[in-house]
Amino acid sequence: MSPAMVSARGVRKRFGPLEVLRGIDLEVGAGQVCCLLGPSGSGKSTLLRCMNHLEKIDGGQLSIDSDYVGYRRHGDKLLELNEREVARRRRDIGMVFQRFNLFGHLTAEENVMEAPVRVARLSKAAARERSRELLAQVGLADRAGHYPAQLSGGQQQRVAIARALAMRPKLMLFDEPTSALDPELVGDVLDVMRRLAADGMTMVVVTHEIGFAREVADTAVFMDDGVVVEHGDPREVLTRPRQQRTRDFLAKVL
Amino acid sequence: MTTPTESEPTTDPAHATELTTVPLRHWGRAVTALVALTALVGVIGSLAKNPNVHWEIVGQYLFADLVFRGLATTLWLTVAAMVLGLVLGTVIAVLRLSKNPVLAGLGSLFVWFFRGTPLLVQIIFWGYAGALYQRIMIGVPFTHITFFSVDTNSVLTPAVAALLALGLNEAAYCSEIVRAGIQSVDIGQSEAAHSLGMPPALTLRRIVLPQAMRVIIPPMGNEVINMLKMTALVSIISAHDLMSNIQDVYAQNYQVIPMLVVAGAWYLALVTLLAGPQSWLERRFGRGTAATGPGVAARLLGGLFRRPDGKESR
Repeated sequence: MSPAMVSARGVRKRFGPLEVLRGIDLEVGAGQVCCLLGPSGSGKSTLLRCMNHLEKIDGGQLSIDSDYVGYRRHGDKLLELNEREVARRRRDIGMVFQRFNLFGHLTAEENVMEAPVRVARLSKAAARERSRELLAQVGLADRAGHYPAQLSGGQQQRVAIARALAMRPKLMLFDEPTSALDPELVGDVLDVMRRLAADGMTMVVVTHEIGFAREVADTAVFMDDGVVVEHGDPREVLTRPRQQRTRDFLAKVL
Repeated sequence: MTTPTESEPTTDPAHATELTTVPLRHWGRAVTALVALTALVGVIGSLAKNPNVHWEIVGQYLFADLVFRGLATTLWLTVAAMVLGLVLGTVIAVLRLSKNPVLAGLGSLFVWFFRGTPLLVQIIFWGYAGALYQRIMIGVPFTHITFFSVDTNSVLTPAVAALLALGLNEAAYCSEIVRAGIQSVDIGQSEAAHSLGMPPALTLRRIVLPQAMRVIIPPMGNEVINMLKMTALVSIISAHDLMSNIQDVYAQNYQVIPMLVVAGAWYLALVTLLAGPQSWLERRFGRGTAATGPGVAARLLGGLFRRPDGKESR
């Protein structure tokens, strides 16, 4: 197996009295696509958000590309990172949200340019050129000057993917990228993700799209109630699940 | 409306003859409008003809040098106090939203104090602060080390006292407006910015504040208008603003009413002029929102020039 891009060991997370992650073990190799599936409230989105430190884990170890998320190893101690250092680490991790979260006051092109210009200190001209390329890649070259409110959900989500790619991440996190879309717009977004996977991007995808998982994922992880119930080859997990809980879930969504 | 089709029976009354529609005549509206206009004309007429207003004195002082000098002070005081209020108010809003409980508490304390005491009291306080501390010193607290020391009254002139009083009071109100604006921006916007590697301060400046402006500007327009008029209060410490100068005149010539007409006319004129920049700002920061409505000026004028069919004539 390729070297691990994401590595989770006994990851725990609680919100007040509610323990949403109860010891998660997970490995995602570089260049692999991992789909996280499971009923809502199973902790899959929380796990994803922990990977770029939008949520802080309460126990266990989580590392991305051999760096501990939110911590720096010093001898046998883990030192918590300050906000600047956390921001520095996040540059390499792209994230796509269920509700797109495009910057409403910026055009599609400006959305994609923002981080390269302000964070990576790229010149405006270079950033604009890169933005045009990325928008063309997601099929939206003609929408560069549109504000998010003037775009359909599917178009917004594709701009959001282009925005995340602008920082040339080594890992892309997708948090239910098609759940807020009208059914006829889902296909365009999945197409973009499929091409990204084919180009060798490491991806962790929280999704309810079983078909996409079966076709694109290298590993499918089925989570329920804060634990990994079953994981492995998606054709195995999603067609011949060994656990009853997985079977029950698949019976409901298929 | 449905369009009649050929299959419909020709006995339909609408097809019998060409019919003309007669719109409802709103007689009541015409009558009330007439009554209201008559009343308005009556009031204006009676004021115009009232010899006690002394219109010749109004005319004499409307463009007097002294009035213009007062106006200049009023204007810079408004602008400077607003800038102080806005900058300090934004800082206090950020403090109040800070995760540091001490800073958040200090922010709240500031708002509680400056919003909780009358502006007039604050103005007089700053005007007489020289009586509280004869000298202003900067040094290390609880020691005798001083870096800097100056006579209070030489620094705290009436104009500076007025600026401090208005600016600090305004900061308390501005901070609440800015805080509401920041909180109106969806948390997803910050999360998206963070996920791109933008640190908190950059996220606030580039992503959150520009979108908060849409919520901040309309009440801030109110604040500017309020500030312009509140500057009249600083006449109590003779800050040489428009109202101070007007008071100086009527203290000598006893023409209180005509001098107040002069002051009122100028305040009204300035407030009217402010509607323009506000509507421009609203449009500027409304970019990207689906419904960018007309600004204040357009709304005001649009209401006057609305065609009877309800469409706006432009």
